[in-house]
Formats: sequence, structure tokens, C-alpha cells
Amino acid sequence: MIDNTQLKQIAHLAKLSITDAQLDDTAADLNNILKLAEQLSSVNTDAITPMAYPLHMTQRLRADKVTEKDQSELFQSIAPQTDKHHYLIPTVIE
Amino acid sequence: MHTKTIAQLSEGIRDKKFSCVELTQHYLQRIEKSDLNAFITVTDELAMAQSRAADVQIAQGNHQLLTGIPYAHKDIFCTRGVKTSAGSKMLDNFIAPYDATVSHKLNQQNTVMLGKVNMDEFAMGSSTESSYYGKTLNPWNTNKVPGGSSGGSAAAVAAGLSCFATGTDTGGSIRQPASLCGITGLKPTYGRVSRYGMIAYGSSLDQAGPMNKTAQDCAIVLNAMAGFDEKDSTSSEQSVPDYTENLNDSIKGLTVGLPKEFFAEGLDDVVATQVMEAVKQYEAMGAQVKEISLPNSKFAIPTYYIVAPCECSSNLSRMDGVRFGHRCNEPKDLEDLYLRSRTEGFGSEVKRRIMIGTYALSAGYYDAYYLKAQKTRHLISDDFKQAFKTVDVIMGPVSPTTAWDLGSIKDPVSMYLADIYTLSANLAGLPAMSIPAGFSQNLPVGLQLIGNYWSESKLLNIAHQLQLQTDWHQQTPQER
Repeated sequence: MIDNTQLKQIAHLAKLSITDAQLDDTAADLNNILKLAEQLSSVNTDAITPMAYPLHMTQRLRADKVTEKDQSELFQSIAPQTDKHHYLIPTVIE
Repeated sequence: MHTKTIAQLSEGIRDKKFSCVELTQHYLQRIEKSDLNAFITVTDELAMAQSRAADVQIAQGNHQLLTGIPYAHKDIFCTRGVKTSAGSKMLDNFIAPYDATVSHKLNQQNTVMLGKVNMDEFAMGSSTESSYYGKTLNPWNTNKVPGGSSGGSAAAVAAGLSCFATGTDTGGSIRQPASLCGITGLKPTYGRVSRYGMIAYGSSLDQAGPMNKTAQDCAIVLNAMAGFDEKDSTSSEQSVPDYTENLNDSIKGLTVGLPKEFFAEGLDDVVATQVMEAVKQYEAMGAQVKEISLPNSKFAIPTYYIVAPCECSSNLSRMDGVRFGHRCNEPKDLEDLYLRSRTEGFGSEVKRRIMIGTYALSAGYYDAYYLKAQKTRHLISDDFKQAFKTVDVIMGPVSPTTAWDLGSIKDPVSMYLADIYTLSANLAGLPAMSIPAGFSQNLPVGLQLIGNYWSESKLLNIAHQLQLQTDWHQQTPQER
């Protein structure tokens, strides 16, 4: 079960902020979902291989050739802040 | 015009009873008058330009079935130059710089996009109530939900605001709203339709499909949507048949499996009665019905609600306020930029699923949750393999109830329970449909058909045969 300290850590990892007032209700919601997931502990899966993907296909590879033209200007036109083909973020290193 | 199928409209266009421009204007006027909140963006100028272009194509003798047919596009598909929000504040300012493969393929058919339709935020929901743009109303009863996440698509088709719509289905998001709004929806086999440019929720589960008035229309639209795409590494190279070709095949001797787990406690009596009524129609057409068991299907909800949040927590990490989408005002440092952009941009259900996924994938919990769920997913999938050794198709309800009151389900887990009959097909990657099977208190009931891998033609044939015998799919909600 997730307590409020763990919840703060999860929110930190998920890059979401959570106020103290929201902690109890959010933890209760998440614990209800985990309670649902607990049902799986009753299933014997000892000899079962995990299924990550529904089709038994192997990853397709393509030739290492350029297939797309440069559209960086178009793609950067929707960015919040750019400069000289770079995405701008707040200063990390002074 | 708005009650007609694709084939009927196409015939009308071909015989010059009306032009593509007139048809588009008719739908745009209906959308303007509608108060269902089915659309996030109405692309009226684009639609008029596309309809004029379609008329030119027809004048030049280039008439295909979908030429000039107006449709509503789920706002999860990227559309170049048009806002693509996925129902989220996070992407409220996102003008897609490229077309999804599905958008491109529909454009190639000279269809007319009327607009982008409402959906649960990032397709996470079963009622279209979690959209940043407000809830969509069910055209059969505006106090009820249309289902979700493709609720805007289903409401638009049911209310005659578009001839057809696109949808996506990660855990039932085409079939359940189709059921609750009384239309026909198909989730194809995983990998049948390209996911390129379709905003990802659960990458091993997501699949796009058509939402229509009839199975025949579904076949026509699937012909346009399906096919291998080198831009999607999970796209299948399996050849695409003409899905309209076998619609009229006889279904005499068809073996129908009814999973006993789909008719157990929790299923509304009236839904069960209507579903069995449809099954009896199949018996009358020469199908044989037998009880089967999908013993692990009872674990579909916990399995899905671990697998899907894990995949979503990873997929939605790209929404960081750096390259596109919402960015908070005046971030003081990078951490603040991430935290506030994401916290302001995402709604509560999306945050909940991101946090569950983050937890289930974190060190110390991965084996107990994610790995365990991947194993139970295998068991659920194996149940179907076993079942399809003895039956041709599986039938059952889509949703345990008809459409429920707006705002009546507040607890997240209670909402998840509504997905009980649809999740297994996504976990296994199988094709499945919802087709109209009658009404309860003037609210539609859907019959679910689940087929073996790549059996879309067979499912469409089975659905079409019922629609030749019944008129449930021809009922329309009262005009408002």
C-alpha cells in the first residue's frame, strides 16, 4: 500500500506536483487500484512467460538510409521556445 | 441525407442527386445546430475545400466509394495544420505538423473531414467525461454518457452529424461507445491499422478502427484504413483483403461460443436478454451456439489496469513542455518547468494512471505488478487460443449496462469495472466488434463479436448478416 511519503516520491518520479491537501485522496485512489491488482497474486504464473506484445513478430529492421527530409524548422515552429535550431529551457548550468 | 450509409451517399453523388459540397454543407449545418458537444474542432473551411476538390475529382470521372463522404476524425489522430488535442489541455495549442497514416489514407480517398471529435483525455476513460473540452452527451438521452473514450465519434455518427467516424480502442474505446450510442464499431487485430501519428496511450494495446452506421460501411472504411506502414514498427505485413467481398457469405454452420464468464453476476438483466435475442437470430440463420469458458477473463481488469498505466506513464513522459504542448509561465528552473507544465496540462485521471504506472514500474514493484500482469495477460490470451479451436466467433455483451447518467460514476475503480467485457480482446490483440442488438428503455444495447486474429472479414460478414435480418442498426435518436 502506498503511504503519503511514497506518494510524494512517485509524484516526483512522474514529474507531477501534488499538494499536501491532495495527498490523502490521491493515495486512497491509487490504493484502490492496487487492491484491484492484488487479485492477480492468486493466479499461478510460475511457468508462464510474460507477454509484452500481442503478436509474435520479430522487430522489423530497415536499411540504414535517410528516408526523411529535414523538417526541423516545421517541427520547431510549434515549440514553446527555440533559438538557432535549439529548444530553449531554463538555464541549468550558470 | 444524414441517415444514409456510405454506399447510399456515394450513389447519390454519382447520380448527381446532390454534390459533395451540398452534402458537406448539410452536415456542417447539423453540427452547428447540435448541442451534444461531440466536436472539439469543426474544420468547416477545410471541409468545404475538400468537398469542392471531391466534386472536381468526380467531374473528372475519378469516383470512388469514399469520394466526398464526410467524416468525423477522433482528435487523437494527427492532422497537419489542424489542432490535435487528444482531449487534453496539454495539447490545446498543438497544431500537428504532420498527418497520421490514417489521416493520410483517408485524404487519399478524397474524403471530407468535418472536424476533430471529443474523447476522454488521452483516451483514458469510458464515458468521455474526462475531456478538457467538456463532456459529450449521448444523442439517445442527453442526461446519459455516450461511452468512451471515442464518445465524440459515436455520438456524431448516431446523431447524424457525420456519415462515419474514426475511433481508437485500447480497452474498448471503439466498441463500448458504439454500443452505448447504437452504432457499429470495429476494433481490428492489433497491427492491422497503422499507429503512426496516433497519439499513444498503451502502445501494445492501441488500435484504430472505423465507427459507422452499418457493418457494410465499416468494411468500406476499414479497406481505406488498413495496411502495412513502414512508419509503424508494430504494423503487420499481413496482406489486406477486400473487406466488402465476403459480406454476403452464408453463415450457416457457424459455431458461436458464448463465454459463461460474460453472462455471470454484474450483467444487467435487460442487456443479457437483448444479447441473447441477437444470438437467437443467429441460431435462426443456421448458426450453432455452444457455451465456452474463458477462465482467466476475470483477471482482465486488474491485468489491464497495470499494463495500460505502465505503458501510458512511459508514453506520456514526452509531454514535458519543451518541444510542443503546454508550457507553464516563467519556469524558475528545469524541474519547475517539468513539474508545473505537466501538473497544469494533465487532468486527474491521466495523472492517476501515470502515477500507478510509475509505481508499478519502479524498482522493487516491477515483478509484483508489471511482470505479473504480463504473465496473466498471456493466460488471458491463451484462453482465446483454446476457445478458437472449437468456435468460429465469440459473442457476448459489450458493456454490462446501457448508458449511465452523466456524473453518476465518480470512483475511478467503479468506472474501470465497466470495461469488463472489452479488455480481454485488447490484451490478446484480437479483432472485435460492437453491433446494435436492440434497446432497453430507449437506450441502445450492443452485441460484441470477438474473432480470431485477422478475421475482420469474417466478423464483418457475421455482423452484416444480422443487419440484413434486423433493423436495430437503422434506428436513430429523436431529432432535438
